[in-house]
Amino acid sequence: MKPAPFDYHAPRSLGEALDDLAGAGADGKVLAGGQSLIPMLNMRLAAPAHLVDINRLTELATLEVEPGGVRVGALARHAQVERSERVAAAQPLLRQALRLVAHPVIRNRGTVVGSLVHADPAAELPAVLALLGGSVRLARRGATREVPAAAFFTGPLESATGPGELAVSAFFPLLPARSGTAFREVARRHGDYALAGIAALVRLDDDLRIIAARVACVSAGPVPVLVDVTGACGHRPPASADWDSAARAVQERIEPEADIHASADYRRHLIGVLAGQALREAARAALDG
Amino acid sequence: MTDIAITLTVNGVVRQVEVPGRRLLSDCLRHDLGLTGTHVGCEHGVCGCCTVLLDGEPVRSCLTFAVTVDGHDITTVEGLAAPDGAMSPVQRAFTECHGLQCGFCTPGFLCTVTALLRDNPSPTGEEVLEGISGNLCRCTGYQNIVKSVHRAAEIMAEES
Repeated sequence: MKPAPFDYHAPRSLGEALDDLAGAGADGKVLAGGQSLIPMLNMRLAAPAHLVDINRLTELATLEVEPGGVRVGALARHAQVERSERVAAAQPLLRQALRLVAHPVIRNRGTVVGSLVHADPAAELPAVLALLGGSVRLARRGATREVPAAAFFTGPLESATGPGELAVSAFFPLLPARSGTAFREVARRHGDYALAGIAALVRLDDDLRIIAARVACVSAGPVPVLVDVTGACGHRPPASADWDSAARAVQERIEPEADIHASADYRRHLIGVLAGQALREAARAALDG
Repeated sequence: MTDIAITLTVNGVVRQVEVPGRRLLSDCLRHDLGLTGTHVGCEHGVCGCCTVLLDGEPVRSCLTFAVTVDGHDITTVEGLAAPDGAMSPVQRAFTECHGLQCGFCTPGFLCTVTALLRDNPSPTGEEVLEGISGNLCRCTGYQNIVKSVHRAAEIMAEES
């Protein structure tokens, strides 16, 4: 299977790329790692008239640990982010999630920002951005806007990125002290899209009682589903928190769909089990941190 | 939609070629450059048969456009042996341990494992499984493939 023909643009600078995208309008598509886009082109599920290849924009291959968070440039590959010790120390959830993204060879090429723009509800990184309350910076000719995660994911495979816009970076906020995270998922084979997955975040106060607990669910709705279970955890120390009722609270909030891989009921069951596991693991990490 | 002139260094040799933007790197290697060692299986990134080294890192050549890697270095399975034709430690280990049956997936495995052992010369069993998890063998010859990876690590250690 081969892609349909397209006009290929190879800009050498961000300005040139934005000009190319402005010219292409709704018929344009950005190519970065291509690990989701090229399969869609090969299968002719997508056939854009213009492809704007940003692989020469090395100015976007950045990875910065800023005081408030980690900013990942549009050309930073999954592997680059996964291997960064600075990133793992600042925001451990990124490495926890990236190890579950496909397999190492795909991670050598795929990009973090590309995965966010692709907005697959079965993918790990949208859940990470949603859970942390991060944002994506979108540039168009003459203007830039920062879109919060809550407004960025608009539907399955749909993000707020408009025609003529390029996602130049994503921002993953750091966690306050005494916070812990975890990522759990179940896939038919390691590296496949998850049947269900959970990114979890637990935060403790100085008395080591839970003051925040929330999860983002993968493959449980059209976009990452955020559920706050702080109430269900009862502001107790992790050892005496009612994690089972927190997991049930997550199950009640989701409306998973059935497909050839799993029924809706099975997905709901998995989400409950994974939420319990991930919340406990995040709480342990918070105690250690 | 005119063809685009690109230059690739493939297995150490500078090659110039004109291709349309939509030419997959796998097809460029096979059809334009005659290097049919790179195999094409699924063409959507699942099977790993088309894996080549791009600037030393294993990537899917079926999920890469040739024009995107203009100016870069590619190593295919044809480039793994020494210039005199002597097989690399990974190739010898696959021969010794019967790491192939029909051989269709072998070029992808050889490229993946070459990079894996370069980055981690003595991988644990789990690291080997993780490292080759993106390559499928439809003969299901995984036991011997895993043995081959460990044997290749031994050969490399002995010869270093």
